[in-house]
Amino acid sequence: MMGYENQGYEEAHLYASKEQMASIVLADDYSPPSDGSKSFPDDPLSSSQFVEIPTNDTDPLQSTPSKQALNSSPSTIHSILDPPSYAEAVFRSFDLDSVDSGDMNGQDRSALASPSSSSYYLKISVSDPQREQEQSASLVPGGSSYFTYLITTFTNMPEFSGTEFNVRRRFKDVVALSDRLAESYRGFFIPVRPDKSVVESQVMQKNEFVEQRRAALEKYLRRLAAHPVIRKSEELRVFLEASGKMVLVRTTDVASRMLDGTARLPKQLVGGKSLDGGASDMSEVTQPAKGGRDLLWIFKELKQSVANDWGGAKPPIVEDDKEFLVKKAKLQDFEQQLINVSQQAESLVKAQQDIGETMGQLGLAFVKLTKFETEEAIYDSQRACAADMKNVATAAVKASRLYRELNAQTVKHLDKLHEYLGVMLAVNNAFSDRSSAFLTVQTLLSDLSSLHSRIEKLEAASSKIFGGDSSRIRKIEELRETVRVTEDAKTCAIREYERVKENNKNELERLDKERHDDFVNMMKGFIVNQAGYAEKMASVWETVAEETSGYAKK
Amino acid sequence: MITTVNAQQRSGSSPMAQSPRSPSSQAPYLTVSVSDPAKMGNGVQAYISYKVITKTNLPEYDGPEKIVIRRYSDFVWLRDRLFEKYKGVFIPPLPEKSTVEKFRFSAEFIEMRRQALDVFVNRIASHHELRQSDDLRTFLQVDEQTMERARSMEIGIFKKKPADFMQIFKDVQSKVSDVVLGKEKPVDESNPEYEKLKNYIFQLEDHLAEAQKHAYRLVKRHRELGQSLSEFGKAVKLLGDCEGNALGKAFSELGAKSEILSIKLQREAQHLLMNFEEPLKDYVRAVQSIKATIAERANAFRHHCELAETIKFKEIDMNKLRLTRSDKLAEAEREYEELKADGAEATRKFERIVKLMNEEIVRFQEQKTVDLGVAFHEFAKGQAELAKGISEAWRSLLPKLENCSS
Repeated sequence: MMGYENQGYEEAHLYASKEQMASIVLADDYSPPSDGSKSFPDDPLSSSQFVEIPTNDTDPLQSTPSKQALNSSPSTIHSILDPPSYAEAVFRSFDLDSVDSGDMNGQDRSALASPSSSSYYLKISVSDPQREQEQSASLVPGGSSYFTYLITTFTNMPEFSGTEFNVRRRFKDVVALSDRLAESYRGFFIPVRPDKSVVESQVMQKNEFVEQRRAALEKYLRRLAAHPVIRKSEELRVFLEASGKMVLVRTTDVASRMLDGTARLPKQLVGGKSLDGGASDMSEVTQPAKGGRDLLWIFKELKQSVANDWGGAKPPIVEDDKEFLVKKAKLQDFEQQLINVSQQAESLVKAQQDIGETMGQLGLAFVKLTKFETEEAIYDSQRACAADMKNVATAAVKASRLYRELNAQTVKHLDKLHEYLGVMLAVNNAFSDRSSAFLTVQTLLSDLSSLHSRIEKLEAASSKIFGGDSSRIRKIEELRETVRVTEDAKTCAIREYERVKENNKNELERLDKERHDDFVNMMKGFIVNQAGYAEKMASVWETVAEETSGYAKK
Repeated sequence: MITTVNAQQRSGSSPMAQSPRSPSSQAPYLTVSVSDPAKMGNGVQAYISYKVITKTNLPEYDGPEKIVIRRYSDFVWLRDRLFEKYKGVFIPPLPEKSTVEKFRFSAEFIEMRRQALDVFVNRIASHHELRQSDDLRTFLQVDEQTMERARSMEIGIFKKKPADFMQIFKDVQSKVSDVVLGKEKPVDESNPEYEKLKNYIFQLEDHLAEAQKHAYRLVKRHRELGQSLSEFGKAVKLLGDCEGNALGKAFSELGAKSEILSIKLQREAQHLLMNFEEPLKDYVRAVQSIKATIAERANAFRHHCELAETIKFKEIDMNKLRLTRSDKLAEAEREYEELKADGAEATRKFERIVKLMNEEIVRFQEQKTVDLGVAFHEFAKGQAELAKGISEAWRSLLPKLENCSS
């Protein structure tokens, strides 16, 4: 999504010359080549780096032994790299193309990326799932167990306190990380974390499930690492660095709020003394009213949103950023079409797989025929026939293998489409952040206006009584105090809203650019791939046509 | 009525005229084509008729060119007559009668059948024995009414309608396989070479059938891939529309190319069907026809054996009668002579079948090599052209993409 993998790769490419970096990067990027016979529908493509690495790099298939050990655990998914000979062939067909194709994944992005992000790398890998027991009160034997994963990080970013970290984390920690990021980075297109998938964890084979989860976690963390803002976040740093049990400080205190609800409302609105738009203090009021939080506030915002939707009166303020609304509508349109293309891409991949399989079966049938004719041959005509069949059989088997490789590459390229579906989720979340920040502002404005009208009423009533009405006056004072507090809260809320809007805007710009680049690259990759393999197949069949040209009808 | 006199007159008036008595300097030729399928009649009675065009210089035929209209059952009639009269020859196979009603008039089916019928007739016309058949001449020359009369007469003579021929085939097949597998009481020829041949034929059918099955699936896969590409192209175009700008245009181009390639794939599927799958199917049928001939040979052999046995017993009877000086002796002797004649006839028939089969198997293998060679060539050519077309189409897109990545 948005070239996160590409970013990671781009960094790898830039540092390929440094041996140290090279061995690190390459060990992460490449697993020992399998025989390429893995069926791709099942493969989650965890290390979904593109194959089209420029061939002027160090040999991508080498890796230092120590790093190799790290990755050779059975849980590491082998990328769908074919045996070296075929991989070479793939590279060659890319090289023969326009010179750009060699650059298309590396240099382009580096040229466009901001100078600061291009000098730092953050390489994460997830491995070695281990089962551990729940620590608490193990009086009862056979307590529940869970899996932890080894998170390995290599980095030279100054935000970190070192260059290499190894920590153990469980899925719960990842959920916590994701939640904290969502709170702190409202308005950003934050990569969406893997599902909890409770059902799957019961239904699937344990090994399969754990492996799937490991791969998904790796993908998720790498995406976070590729986001220019989030990679520098404290939350991520703690997650990657802090040894022992991870504790991510919540910026909001849920428990106490739950207990004290109503009574604490004014305090919440005031929060701490500092009123600069820092997230930590005012975050209480500016957080969307999530479940478990201040119940009264939830009701208020709900009432406001209902009033917005169904009430006759105009809401206190409306979203007037036309540019944003246009962009949002366009993105929704884009998402719809993307879903459609993504589905068709899956069908296409299936059809390619099928034709490859059938071609292979045809080849095998002819292999058997060849063998049969050769063994039973009495006449020379039979031997000639057997020779022809052999040519056809060989070609069909070769073509079948080419289809299989083609499809493996196609899956990788078109995977970009699926990734962007994930990006759209993040985008929708960010737009929700904006809406809820906006709703908070609206609610506070409504509050203020109702407070003001109550004050007015009380003042009007009080003025009729000679000498003043002490209870009413007291009430008015309280209300005025509330108004002051609410005004402060409103200022904060507006500031927060503007912040979220700004985040939206920047992210949208980033999305546009990265989307453009990513899709151009995807198309190039897809097209070059299709063309390259078609050429290989043409040459295979031309040979047979040549060999059988004696039979050609005149 | 065009007669041979006319033919001579015609050749006489041509620049290459020769006197009627000198042998024709032109090599004898007989070419036939089956074309122009047309739907005749309505409803349940509807059928397809074909134009059969004969071009020849053979004196037995009415003139250099003749066009007649025939239907599928006429071809079946011809095949049945040849099968009866030319035992030992591998009669060229016919395409099957269609079992699925709605498929019967589909363009694809009609074209496949037409091609198969064309191959059928041409094989007969180029077979040195079969081409001399009167039945072939009848088939190629007579008008439709005469043909229809001949066809309906067959019901009496041949006892079974064409539809039941498949059943006979099947009975014969199972009988032959029983014999081959040694299930029945051995009336086999104990000829190891022939046993080998029978085994070969049976296995060949299995192998060819499997290859044909996958060839047919391959045709389907081409169609499916074409369909997928077309849908993909449409979806990509829509994505391009909502994207706008250069990227959108690139998507549109990609979509358009996909649709073009989809058409290429459909075309190749059709080519593959007619020029690769059908020839394979044809040879599966050809092998089945050989099995029918094998069954005929077995029948002839059994008949010959049975008669030989009967003759032996008759001889014993006769000698008995001779010893007892019975007055039945004369009759028995007469019967014996008849039996001997029948026996000789049966043996002659059997031996003729053996001789023909030995020639036929050589011819079959040679023809198979050529026919399959052509099919392989067409297959390879088609795939190569398709692949080239695909790669060219995609490559042509690249410069447009270059403009995109600023």
